Amino acid sequence: MAEKVLMKGNEAIAEAAIRAGCRHYFGYPITPQTEVAAYMAKRMPKIGGTFLQAESEISAINMVYGVAGTGKRVMTSSSSPGISLKQEGISYIAGADLPALIVNVQRGGPGLGGIQPSQSDYFQSTKGGGHGDYRLIVLAPESVQEMADMTALAFELAEKYRMPAMLLADGTMGQMMEPVELPEENINTVDMPWAVTGTEMKREHNIINSLYLKPEELEQKNIERYERYKVIEANEARYESFMMDDAEYCVVAFGIAARVAKNAVVAARKEGIKVGMIRPITLWPFPKEALCAAADKVKAFISVELSMGQMIEDIRLATECKKPVELCNRVGGMIPTPEEVLAKIREVKGGSN
Amino acid sequence: MVVFEKPKSLTDAPLHYCPGCTHGIIHRLVAEALDTLGVEGKTIGVAPVGCSVMAYDYFACDMVEAAHGRAPAVATGLKRAFPENVIFTYQGDGDLASIGMAETVHAAARNENITVIFVNNAIYGMTGGQMAPTSLPGQVTQTSPYGRDVTTAGYPIRVSEMLSTLDGPEYIERVAVNNVKNVKAAGKAILKAFKNQVEGKGFSLIEVVSSCPTNWGMTPQKALEWIDEKMIPYYPLGVYKDKSAQKEEK
Repeated sequence: MAEKVLMKGNEAIAEAAIRAGCRHYFGYPITPQTEVAAYMAKRMPKIGGTFLQAESEISAINMVYGVAGTGKRVMTSSSSPGISLKQEGISYIAGADLPALIVNVQRGGPGLGGIQPSQSDYFQSTKGGGHGDYRLIVLAPESVQEMADMTALAFELAEKYRMPAMLLADGTMGQMMEPVELPEENINTVDMPWAVTGTEMKREHNIINSLYLKPEELEQKNIERYERYKVIEANEARYESFMMDDAEYCVVAFGIAARVAKNAVVAARKEGIKVGMIRPITLWPFPKEALCAAADKVKAFISVELSMGQMIEDIRLATECKKPVELCNRVGGMIPTPEEVLAKIREVKGGSN
Repeated sequence: MVVFEKPKSLTDAPLHYCPGCTHGIIHRLVAEALDTLGVEGKTIGVAPVGCSVMAYDYFACDMVEAAHGRAPAVATGLKRAFPENVIFTYQGDGDLASIGMAETVHAAARNENITVIFVNNAIYGMTGGQMAPTSLPGQVTQTSPYGRDVTTAGYPIRVSEMLSTLDGPEYIERVAVNNVKNVKAAGKAILKAFKNQVEGKGFSLIEVVSSCPTNWGMTPQKALEWIDEKMIPYYPLGVYKDKSAQKEEK
């Protein structure tokens, strides 16, 4: 059995990345994710890897782009304002069809915002973020264990589909300590004939690029990329279904909000309210089918979010507005209590009877 | 007997540059350096955003297209992934000295073991002739139509002088490509900049003072003369930093 240790979420990400074979990390200090960088700064020199504190988030993501072009596993991490700065590079990585891992330990915004947990980068993460048509694979862990597991998964999916993946956590997840069973060293990489490695004079030169000046060519590139996205939507949507068998009400929440909401669901069940929860694990691809199926069974949905209501739009789209979707939220670094979520569940039940 | 050959490190793709543009000469000098050192097969180049954006089609080695100004960061990633490979960036003045100044300064400060070819023609060429960070005082461009007014647009940046104040970089030299003598000297400097990398010496930047007849509004010949008359007095040629030579002197 693998070892079980007590770790901060941010450190679990870093250690899991190293165990997944990532030997290149580029970052810039920003609260509340700096422990990822600090961990990498300690470990990478000992194992022949690269830790580099870049001059800016912009430089860090472009260093990631450079390594990604070689096909080697590479990552960066930051928090909301820093992730905004990285959007240029993320767009180029997506446009050049390169795998890379970007970790966002979210904090409140907009602007400089605050340093407390938030989920208000949902739109930015799931709808593109930078310029142009593209997606990221977005994984939303709800525990330190999942932060470790999903780091490895993110690298695998990124390489399988040749696109950037994002681990979308928040300040709470990054800072909290939990026992975690660290994944075994597991480096499953795929063939990368497109990578720049030096031709060794044995092949035509490879070019890592997102520039297509002929519009018909650029259109074709976009269409091909979206064909790939369709495959991902069909195969990679992940979610957890909790007490949904006989549920009349469905809470939808991810990450730290799901941890809180789960307690509220259990408490509501004790009161005899038939409520369950669907927890999206991948925010893109969004688990549309599970929600659409639930819409035929339940009376209403409650979206619990640490934002002014961002995921709620995807729930309405996925459920084709068949049932009402209510919002239960706190923002700016505030987290709803289980009692607040329970009160919302009671209110929605009262309203739909 | 073959007296003139195309360097092996260039592809057969026809260059898109304007008549009289000096990018073709500089591409050739870079390719000759790679040929001379026999490193084409382990070289990865980074193209900029600007007139030489499509340099990735012209160099026969593996190439990466960077976002505007980010080439030194991209090159840093490549070099850290493959320390034994030869990594170079090819950048213009807007790319390197304006939007990418932070990446340039910090790659130099880290003494990142890469080679930077910095083409300074004092104008944004690809977008049609706007004022660059290196445009001369009084120089007329599309965005300085009355001449660069230093009271509102500031002064040109002398990149080689500025970078040579850092402890980091190994080698900084400014050359020009406006006559045979200067082209030969430029070739020598570029070769040295690549040789430094192969020998593990660190960051080498060659600033190449060049011309843009199209956007300067001059004939190619007049543009080359303007380099002597206006550019070189403001951007004097020479070696600004050579750490290894300094060590030998001591």
